[in-house]
Amino acid sequence: MGKLFSKENQEVFSNPLNLNNPVVVQVLGICSALAVTSQLKPAIVMGLSVTVITAFSNLIISLLRKTIPNRIRIIVQLVVVAALVTIVSMILKAYVYDVSVMLSVYVGLIITNCILMGRLEAFAMQNGPWESFLDGIGNGIGYAIILVVVGFVRELLGAGSILGFKVLPQAVYDAGYMNNGMMTMPAMALILLGCVIWAHRAYNDEKK
Amino acid sequence: MNTSSNTYTVVYASVMVVIVAFLLAFTSTVLKPKSDKNEEIDKKKQILASLNIRDIQNENIEAKYAEVVLSDMIIDTLGNVKAEKGGFDVKKKDINPENLPVYMCKVDGVDKIVVPVVGKGLWGGIWGYVAVDTDKMGTVYGAYFSHESETAGLGAIIAEYEGFQKQFAGKTIYNESGDAIALSVLKAGKKVDGVGVNNRCDAITGATLTSNGVNDMLHDSLKKYMKFLKNNAK
Repeated sequence: MGKLFSKENQEVFSNPLNLNNPVVVQVLGICSALAVTSQLKPAIVMGLSVTVITAFSNLIISLLRKTIPNRIRIIVQLVVVAALVTIVSMILKAYVYDVSVMLSVYVGLIITNCILMGRLEAFAMQNGPWESFLDGIGNGIGYAIILVVVGFVRELLGAGSILGFKVLPQAVYDAGYMNNGMMTMPAMALILLGCVIWAHRAYNDEKK
Repeated sequence: MNTSSNTYTVVYASVMVVIVAFLLAFTSTVLKPKSDKNEEIDKKKQILASLNIRDIQNENIEAKYAEVVLSDMIIDTLGNVKAEKGGFDVKKKDINPENLPVYMCKVDGVDKIVVPVVGKGLWGGIWGYVAVDTDKMGTVYGAYFSHESETAGLGAIIAEYEGFQKQFAGKTIYNESGDAIALSVLKAGKKVDGVGVNNRCDAITGATLTSNGVNDMLHDSLKKYMKFLKNNAK
């Protein structure tokens, strides 16, 4: 057990959460991060889906890494990711239909999410299954955190609610406050994401 | 083993594809009944929304639908009833002049007819349901619209913003002489012959092509139902 959670493995897991975050440091997976964050619920489901898919595609590719013919390795990676994405999308359709309608094409587009291909090529092809699995979970959660932060702010300011529940009392609206329609547009997500990157860089520079 | 030989590569790819195909087919078969059920509930929800029955919990939809919708018929453009049942099972893409589903409903004791409408938006298909009173003028009782892939924040407003859908209530679908479909979605101030104040709804700013799509959809689809609606007017 000691070896499973060794210092290196902890770093494999925790690096993508902060210092090497796929969204705010490597700036990958921006397209879906902008598109599905107008409300908190789809942002959470999207984050979870990506986490599950990166973790398991990393694991599968890592298990197969010694058998994969080098010339078709990208194709093999794509087939594994595509199969997992299709399964996840079918599960969403069967169990959380409303959310699957909201996420529409973006679940399918996880296949082309740069985070996935990047992790498979850069990590899973060289490392063992357990490390790869941790790396996948870490990157997925790193992506999910940013989505949840952006989704939280956008839903709060754009609709005055969190997870669909009204949180701003009517008195605030009576006093002249209005929901910001801009917040529901993807453009505002890009600006918010910029602010997150700014805060993240400023904080980490200070620590150095 | 030499993993870069041609034989190995071809065999590897073939085996992988067969395994993945089997896996996907298996998952799809297992989950199909559940997702079909969800789609059915979603369709019922949309039909109820056109009857101004919104904000209803998913688990109550079946019961409410059974209470409100008396029958789902299939008719043709001449107004003949081709089947008393089975309109609900007609898919959007199978709707044609010979195969028109229509829903006979009763809300608070008053007869309503719900007509499905299908058309094209800017990027993909759009559709909706229009609930019509059984009066001579063809007064709209309520409407619901949705879309496949219209632009978020602009064209997508036809589905998201209830205000767009609610403005249809109280409008009439025929022109003044009652011989043509006149219900239209127009930019404020734009004049079109034969479209009166009672026929026009406001288009969406910044979503002209989607609005035009809704306009064409209403004309094309309602035209096919005109005979039937006239026959059923009291």
